Amino acid sequence: MQARQNLGRTIAAHAVLITWTLVALFPVFVIVVNSFKSRKAIFADPLSLPLPSNFDMVGYTTVMHQGDFFQYFLNSMIVTVGSLFCVLLFGAMAAFALSEYRFKGNTLMGLYLALGIMIPIRLGTVAILQMMVATGLVNTRTALVLVYSAQGLPLAVFILSEFMRTVSDDLKNAGRIDGLSEYTIFFRLVLPLVRPAMATVAVFTMIPIWNDLWFPLILAPGEEVKTITLGSQVFIGQFVTDWNAVLAALSLAILPVLVLYLLFSRQLIRGITAGAVK
Amino acid sequence: MTKTFRLALLVSTALSGAAWAEDVTLTIESWRNDDLVIWQDTIIPAFEAANPGIKVVFAPTAPAEYNAALNAKLDAGSAGDLITCRPFDASLELYNKGHLADLSGLASMANFSPVAKSAWQTDDAAATFCVPMASVIHGFIYNADAFEALGIAVPTTRDEFFAALDTIKADGTYIPMAMGTNDQWEAATMGYNNIGPNYWHGEEGRLALIAGTQKLTDPQWVAPYEELARWGAYLGDGFEAQTYPDSQNLFTLGRAAIYPAGSWEISGFNTQATFKMGAFPPPVGAAGDTCYISDHTDIAIGLNPASAHGDQAKVFLDWVGSPEFATLYANALPGFFSLNATPVVMQDPLAQEFVSWRDKCQSSIRSTYQILSRGTPNLETETWGASVAAIKGTETPADAGARLQAGLASWYAPQQ
Amino acid sequence: MASRRPLRWHIAVFLAPALLIYSALMIIPLFGTLTESLMNVTEAGERVFVGLGNFATLFGDALWSDAFWNALGNNTWFFVIHMLVQNPIGILLAAILSTPRLRMAAFYRTAIFIPTVLSFVIVGFVWKLILSPIWGIAPGMLDFIGLKSLFAPWLGKEQYALTTLALISVWQFIGIPMMLIYAALLSIPDEVIEAAEMDGITGASQFWKIKLPLILPSIGIISILTFVGNFNAFDLIYVAQGALAGPDYATDILGTFLYRTFFGFQLQLGDPHMGATIATAMFFIILTGVCVYLFLIQTRLRRYQF
Repeated sequence: MQARQNLGRTIAAHAVLITWTLVALFPVFVIVVNSFKSRKAIFADPLSLPLPSNFDMVGYTTVMHQGDFFQYFLNSMIVTVGSLFCVLLFGAMAAFALSEYRFKGNTLMGLYLALGIMIPIRLGTVAILQMMVATGLVNTRTALVLVYSAQGLPLAVFILSEFMRTVSDDLKNAGRIDGLSEYTIFFRLVLPLVRPAMATVAVFTMIPIWNDLWFPLILAPGEEVKTITLGSQVFIGQFVTDWNAVLAALSLAILPVLVLYLLFSRQLIRGITAGAVK
Repeated sequence: MTKTFRLALLVSTALSGAAWAEDVTLTIESWRNDDLVIWQDTIIPAFEAANPGIKVVFAPTAPAEYNAALNAKLDAGSAGDLITCRPFDASLELYNKGHLADLSGLASMANFSPVAKSAWQTDDAAATFCVPMASVIHGFIYNADAFEALGIAVPTTRDEFFAALDTIKADGTYIPMAMGTNDQWEAATMGYNNIGPNYWHGEEGRLALIAGTQKLTDPQWVAPYEELARWGAYLGDGFEAQTYPDSQNLFTLGRAAIYPAGSWEISGFNTQATFKMGAFPPPVGAAGDTCYISDHTDIAIGLNPASAHGDQAKVFLDWVGSPEFATLYANALPGFFSLNATPVVMQDPLAQEFVSWRDKCQSSIRSTYQILSRGTPNLETETWGASVAAIKGTETPADAGARLQAGLASWYAPQQ
Repeated sequence: MASRRPLRWHIAVFLAPALLIYSALMIIPLFGTLTESLMNVTEAGERVFVGLGNFATLFGDALWSDAFWNALGNNTWFFVIHMLVQNPIGILLAAILSTPRLRMAAFYRTAIFIPTVLSFVIVGFVWKLILSPIWGIAPGMLDFIGLKSLFAPWLGKEQYALTTLALISVWQFIGIPMMLIYAALLSIPDEVIEAAEMDGITGASQFWKIKLPLILPSIGIISILTFVGNFNAFDLIYVAQGALAGPDYATDILGTFLYRTFFGFQLQLGDPHMGATIATAMFFIILTGVCVYLFLIQTRLRRYQF
């Protein structure tokens, strides 16, 4: 009885998960499959798999002739990792200060740091650009790292301080009694405990940075510092009716994010489960 | 902060002055990302060969973001040396803000007629701030194989046009007309402003509207909406969600017979379509009527006054105004017709067909572009909505006319 | 407590880097923009202080206020759909995923999160392709199960377009609530669960009675993140429907309205002053929501330190 109920429950659980997995992956499947087909076949039967009769790599050859996609990819990596590092380190430090210490203006500071999640940073474009021109940072990856760090910090502080409140006071106080400095307590005791939250913040911060189009367009449109999202956007604009090329470009744009995420997702889950070990 | 900024600008100017002996690189801002390859492979090499010491980089932005991105870069001082100019107010505004230099004195400006320059001048025509590059002509491109198979002659009157559509629809092999309303602008640009000049008699009506002697509620301005309302029946299933690329693909895959077009489609269609194509101008009311076409001044190029290489940039602009450039450009991009007074020989048959209408029809430009889209609500944007509503049948043409007139009159004095 | 020490430099050290970057690159530029909402230009092109004049225009002039209320209404509906569809499904998926000894959990988790890492360009393009009435993946599939009559060009119809886009957005972002709740569920100590099982509380009732109260703070966070995210949303609608948010402004939300006004559109020139006014109004809407959360909800949530 108990076993049958359990079996039924397991089947139901898998049914729900499989359904949603199919829903989640179907569009990606559509893009990738069609990128290997001839133009006529894409439109005539978008759901069929690439067969010898309709197989065509013309999209990929078009893409490979345009732009240095490897350089674009490298730029995206540098910008994303750089921003991620700043956001996580500085965000965690600020979140620790806000959640750990009672000081005058604590709530106000929290609110001040949260302001940034309420207005799209895009609105400050002109002032930011002027600043970058003045400091000679236009067309550098540094400019993007700085802007994305500022953009990512509010949310990071917001989520991390929420998680840091759940870290046991006893543990920290024990550390203080042992004579550890506040810095050691933060880096040695608290940071490892909030790793799941850090991993979560990392993923949330990474996605909009990787996918952003606006700031690369404004701050770093140069060929040697162009990000892959901007590169593929220019490409899509240029070949908007050439769907072979567009689908190939989209497939190529999906691939690196996917690999990055698959690599990262192990870290993410290890982080989450590590935190769950009480 | 502005002080540091100015200082930085001064320093960079001084520095670039010192580096005189080296090659100078000019950057062109443009929304024509479609043309990137043509600039890189054809146009720029031709210029660089003739002008050693000057290098040119073509740096396009996607059309939808061009205005916003360009304005931000100009305000901050990081924009390129040469600015591709949209027609009329967008560029006039840049000129007024000091972001485009006055080019009236440029030698090659003499190669352009006053009409050609009108889109890039102050209202009193005292200053011209961009060198005209090209205009685009509206009309209809058709699948000649389909017309032949169905025994349809190229329509010249509206009755013939709709009879042709009926024949195609009855046969069922082809979708009669490839157009969707999802992106909105096609309905206004390839719809309303394509067929409209035949109703409002081109320049005559356009200028009367600006002068305030005609209103958008007058029959000649409402009638195009009435014709658009008849189009709905001939568009493909689900045209409400059909995008611009969808329409292009429908036509070039041979699934639709007629495509309401702008001449800029020619080069793309040439590479993608596998059938024979032809073109006809917007059909007139009765046989023998004077025909009017939209021959819209669309693209020009100007100088960013903040450029550190103004002199070299002017060399480039002078070259853009030359007959040599006109021939190069018009043949590299069939469908972008030179505005240069010197006649240009074009190889492409479809482009020749389009340009031949200049001889037998009266040319005009799009009715909403000059002056009338200066205020809020914006007449051009409103026209998009009204054209879509007419095709979908969600608003009567008379209501659309009344709504647009009320909007225009709310800020435009001559219409009050 | 550490608070007894007189001068606590470490607080400043912890806060300084974040404050510096954030203030210089976000607050100062944004403040500069928002003050534009109190200014305007005269006919002669002079920049003058107009007080709340722009706000009077935004809310008083039918031309602006109709568009504003339309965008706000659409935005609210967009948010409601996320709260009703995205978050419950996200919690459900997380609850199932956190079942001990579930096979292939890692695969599901990874797959369901994939749409979240895709860029808006890709999401917009592929859904337009699937829903296209012409190329027919959706109509074809409906036809296959005999429901072709249910198909409509959803993105082109005023009455369906917004809901369709909201559901696409749900599809894209469901991974976020799922992951957050999943993390929260995993960090519930085994002792708590074991104690519940000893008391005979298992299965669904264990979820409702034991786990749900423990993850309430996380649900609070995802709700406020959804709120802020939705009222700042822009990209998906821009990519799928353009800056005009068609058909007939049926999918216009505050973000697209703001973009159109601030940066201009086609022949309409950008208006930084009215744009800043809309941005300020949006800011206050979101600020109100966040304050409601911070002061009314967050303070009442019980937190458990493990």
